[in-house]
Amino acid sequence: MTAFILRRVLQAIVVMLVVALVAFSLFQYVGDPVQLMLGQFATPEDRVRLTHELGLDQPFYVQFFHFVVNAIHGQFGVSLRIGKPVSVLLAQRIPATLELSICAALLALAVGIPAGVYAGLRPNSWLARTLLSLSLLGVSLPTFLIGILLILVFAVILGWLPAFGRGEVVHLGWWSTGLLSKTGLMSLILPTITLGLFQLTLIMRLVRSEMLEVLRTDYIKFARARGLRDRAINFGHALKNTLVPVITITGLQLGSIIAFSIITEQVFQWPGMGLLFIQAVSYVDIPVMAAYLCLIALVFVTINLIVDLLYYVVDPRLRADRPGGSGH
Amino acid sequence: MNARLVAALRLSWDSDVAYSFRHSPYAIVAAIVFVLFVGSAVFAPWVAPHNPFDLSQLDLSNSLKPPMWLPGGDPSFPLGTDDQGRDILSTILFGARISLAVGIASVLFSMVLGVALGLIAGYVGGSIDAFIMRVADVQLSFPAILIALLVDGLARALLPRSHESLAFYVLVLSIGVSGWVQYARTVRGTTLVEKNKEYVQAARLFGIHPLAIMARHVLPNVLGPVLVIATIHIATAIITEATLSFLGVGVPPTQPSLGTLIRIGNDFLFSGEWWVTLFPGIALVVMVLAINLLGDWLRDALNPRLRT
Repeated sequence: MTAFILRRVLQAIVVMLVVALVAFSLFQYVGDPVQLMLGQFATPEDRVRLTHELGLDQPFYVQFFHFVVNAIHGQFGVSLRIGKPVSVLLAQRIPATLELSICAALLALAVGIPAGVYAGLRPNSWLARTLLSLSLLGVSLPTFLIGILLILVFAVILGWLPAFGRGEVVHLGWWSTGLLSKTGLMSLILPTITLGLFQLTLIMRLVRSEMLEVLRTDYIKFARARGLRDRAINFGHALKNTLVPVITITGLQLGSIIAFSIITEQVFQWPGMGLLFIQAVSYVDIPVMAAYLCLIALVFVTINLIVDLLYYVVDPRLRADRPGGSGH
Repeated sequence: MNARLVAALRLSWDSDVAYSFRHSPYAIVAAIVFVLFVGSAVFAPWVAPHNPFDLSQLDLSNSLKPPMWLPGGDPSFPLGTDDQGRDILSTILFGARISLAVGIASVLFSMVLGVALGLIAGYVGGSIDAFIMRVADVQLSFPAILIALLVDGLARALLPRSHESLAFYVLVLSIGVSGWVQYARTVRGTTLVEKNKEYVQAARLFGIHPLAIMARHVLPNVLGPVLVIATIHIATAIITEATLSFLGVGVPPTQPSLGTLIRIGNDFLFSGEWWVTLFPGIALVVMVLAINLLGDWLRDALNPRLRT
């Protein structure tokens, strides 16, 4: 057990270091910081002094070590585009992204599980067939197009919901929330549907196929033979056994949702981390790119680590290999 | 010669795959749609009613005309025009050309990379195998779009000035790198099975070079599943390209793909000119849906065990 945990944690650290190395190497291509800071009229002595002060005369691995130490403390320097510390910018944006992602995940679970259970229990009904075909269409529809269609219908034609921004936000300490004001909640609806739809279809298909599988097993047949009520069989026995894979996949997909929020945030101009990142990519704003990269990698590595450890706790047979899950 | 050709055609007509194609209406419709798309994309310069990138043909007085069946529409612009007076139908045809080119090129790139790494991992084994598969595992835990964005961002930082002209290749590289894992995993699995079969052992006894064994003996036997993955992957790659272009980090606006067109049109959504963004969007979805259906059919046709 300890060896397993140790190996997994070690592997997570290696992945984080590789990501940090990529992020660090980004900084090597933004030109000469000494030149930038001193301007044209600097003497060679000034250059040497500043190079020494910035630690740029030290070997690569020492510089990398300093970068990692700073990164652990959340210091990524100053955004080239906005001129504020990256840590401050990210801290302002995190609440928006997290609220959107969690609402999307909840929507996907709240609609996906019942729909999947229904499609599994009545696989031949017209509603189940419609749901299944719709989910195939959902796979072919790129996220950003779903967002645009929703904006077209509900914001432009019907005029019911706002099409961009977060609405009015309430500040609770450093956390800004849109959940406490009417405009905030209204603004949340369309982005949540856009972000959650793909995960919703995924969960629905997963629950459906798991239900179909479980309903064929002997213990369900035995439960029927015992004369248990349908409801007790379907929910007490069948659904309960489908939930382990559903919980795992949802956990793994939470990282994907945060990553995919980049697209949704761009469509709805939602002021989250993803929008910040995509603007940073277009402007080659290296500090922001590096920070976002490390942050998102941390989220993914942590989620994977937790899922791996949970697997170990739940099912010791599964030690080394686990199913890989990835959306598109 | 002619008789042999006829015989060969008859044989392929009677084959399993062709039989299943003739009996799958979805596959036939999807194939027709796909061929239409590819055809009109390849021949866009001749098929399209206008050349949207010829500045001398553009006329600003034609800008933002609605589709021809709406009041104010002009029959020479069947699907309307955008803000610069470009015919939407023509920009879609030219855009589909770029989307397909990026999609197919990046799938080829992924395929070559993934198949090569998978063959090496499976055939050589040992620590090389462990390393390649470890990297694959790690990459698989991140979504493809994120990897593509990262590679694209890296390329932008590396080549800030020449980026515009290299945008196409950068895009192919970033989408290609994000997709190799699936090929590598599949090929490795099949290679592990194949390498212990008699024909490979015989080839080894003859003293044939391992690279030649991999390329000439093992490779042909692992290609079936690779083709299936590649078909469905084209759809994914086109969506990824469209997404990157929509985010503004894909192909430059001077050579718009479908994703770029949707992004440009998105700005006109609120002023009521929905056709600028909706028609490229529909074209994208229809194309991707057709490829997905074809891929699904191909998977079932090549693997009778999957039929239920």
